[in-house]
Amino acid sequence: MKRIVVLGMPNTGKSTLFNRLTGAGAHVGNWPGVTVDLLAAKILLGDSMVEVIDLPGFYNLHGFSEDEAVVRHFLETQPVNLLLVVLNSSQLDRQLALPLQLRELGIPMCLLLNMSDEANKLGIRIDAQKLGEALSAPAISLAAKYGTGIEKVRSELIRLLHEHPKLTQADVAAFNRDTRIELELDDLAHRVVTNPITLPVSATDRLDRVLLHPWLGLPIFFLTMFLLFQAIYGLGIPLQDGMGWLFDHLKSRWLEPVVATWPGPLKSLVLEGLFDGLGTVLTFLPIIAMFFLLMAIVEDSGYLSRAAFLTDALMSRLGLDGRAFVMQLLGFGCNVPAIMGTRIMRSPALRTLTMLIIPFSLCSARLQVILFVVAATFPPLAAPIALFSLYLASFVMAFLTAFIWRKRYRNHEPLLLELPPYRLPTWRFLGFEAWRATRQFIAGAGGFIILGVLMVWFLTHFPFNAPVAGPQTLAGWIARGLGPIFEPLGIDNMLSTALLFGFIAKEIVIGALAVIYSVGPNELSGVLAQRLDWVQAYSFLLFTLIYTPCLSTIAVIKQESKSWKIAAIAVLWPLSLAWLTSFAFYQIARHLQ
Amino acid sequence: MSIPLNQLAPAASGTIESIQAGQELRRRLAGLGLRSGIRVQVIRQSPLNGPMQIRIGHTDLIMRAADAAHIEVCPGP
Repeated sequence: MKRIVVLGMPNTGKSTLFNRLTGAGAHVGNWPGVTVDLLAAKILLGDSMVEVIDLPGFYNLHGFSEDEAVVRHFLETQPVNLLLVVLNSSQLDRQLALPLQLRELGIPMCLLLNMSDEANKLGIRIDAQKLGEALSAPAISLAAKYGTGIEKVRSELIRLLHEHPKLTQADVAAFNRDTRIELELDDLAHRVVTNPITLPVSATDRLDRVLLHPWLGLPIFFLTMFLLFQAIYGLGIPLQDGMGWLFDHLKSRWLEPVVATWPGPLKSLVLEGLFDGLGTVLTFLPIIAMFFLLMAIVEDSGYLSRAAFLTDALMSRLGLDGRAFVMQLLGFGCNVPAIMGTRIMRSPALRTLTMLIIPFSLCSARLQVILFVVAATFPPLAAPIALFSLYLASFVMAFLTAFIWRKRYRNHEPLLLELPPYRLPTWRFLGFEAWRATRQFIAGAGGFIILGVLMVWFLTHFPFNAPVAGPQTLAGWIARGLGPIFEPLGIDNMLSTALLFGFIAKEIVIGALAVIYSVGPNELSGVLAQRLDWVQAYSFLLFTLIYTPCLSTIAVIKQESKSWKIAAIAVLWPLSLAWLTSFAFYQIARHLQ
Repeated sequence: MSIPLNQLAPAASGTIESIQAGQELRRRLAGLGLRSGIRVQVIRQSPLNGPMQIRIGHTDLIMRAADAAHIEVCPGP
């Protein structure tokens, strides 16, 4: 099969072009020795099937960052027909360095001068003909975002594939040859690019004067985050609830009658194990879709880099950057999409550290538990203080975690972000990221989540003749075994059994407590008030907030980090921190009482 | 007379004299257009010692003061 690779520096609209060219058929490809996901698609060009691969954006063929290593490794090992080099037309003075380097590989090239609309707006004129002649590769102007010029690209690709029907292996020696291209770069840019004499004070500058204002910038940032948060979860959570309702309905109307005559344990396995596991996976889909839909707008607009500018002063001291803070804040709705959202960070250490702090964000599921227990056990005047202190604890735990682990996952890459001009998103492509992320969540995390739900189901149901989650089941047995560990925290065996359920999804802790105390949901509040004093209740809440994030969060951490070790840290670290915090609180509070 | 880029005041510009950084950082900077002889303008400084926004040609970048300190500039028009 013929093969084309798409290359370019970051922020050149490479992915947009890839999407335009390949439509919705892209899949994540596996390549020997390549550790990151590469998108690939097979398309029909003329009369032949062609595989198009989107390589990560990179600045320099001789650089040492992870992305650069991926590109180099790919080109070293895979022969290709054609390099499709995407350039940002408004930055040709430096972007031309890339085709000058790539020329050395001896593979036929085609240059795409993308974002021609922006270059036009800035008054930059480019002589594509002259550029093509200088690099002996055709150069085409286009604006992939608006689809202008795509047809021309397609027909040019067909022509070039006819001209170069054989796969070419890159000249490996070129990777080590550090050619002096600077002079040639300046000369070439000078010949083919005509810059306007003075840069017009663009709308971006005017907008930045407000949005990056020394005092107004941060308040506007928090307001923007608040609105974004409301938009994602204001729309996402009702959809999630709807999905849950639909699923419950299916279960009671359709599945329960079918399995009614089945033997008890098998019926329970299907209803409470498999079906609930599937339900857990599916209820995340609307939230992930909404998250990526709205994040795409924010990212496209260019505001995300500005948010990094505004919050970096604080985050850099914790070994993180401003984008980590954005994800941490969005994690207060749901940790799962926030962890998937760390994809915008390229440094693996930075991503890992961010993935370790997001689970401390007090998500809406934990909020349900906290609100219920606080209302049941605290006097009305103290309740808001308890709630506020738990939000505070959420930030303290996240920052403490970053502070402690920042040496282990040290980010060596300097913060060098481009502030692109503000842009309007292209509506046609908005759904792409959302669709891709949901698909990856099902494929990458779905199985893991269902397995986890089945495991907890088994623990709380076996042996099958005992009451669910009662002291005779495996779960009760484990809770008794762990009794000495939880006792100094003021958490009894029944509460710790509920925490085991909370591993599946935090919001089911309340339902689990009702089952364990064998009372209806309406009486639970009274039972809790009777059995727990506020010190015990608060210790339990601290533990619920901090301990091991839910199964789905762990599953996406595993999916995104591709590392069992990091998934294990994400389980064990919060567990230890939760124990220490609850222990310290409970012992001190009991002493002072 | 040259000074580190992080000491250039907002709205001031200068010409890059030299970049005193390891090879990796130097290449990264070069990839973004920061090379000797290039004119750079400081647009703004984020409060509380945060990063600075600089402009090279048509490209705006943000970088931390610690990284900018590696870049020697000759203040000029």
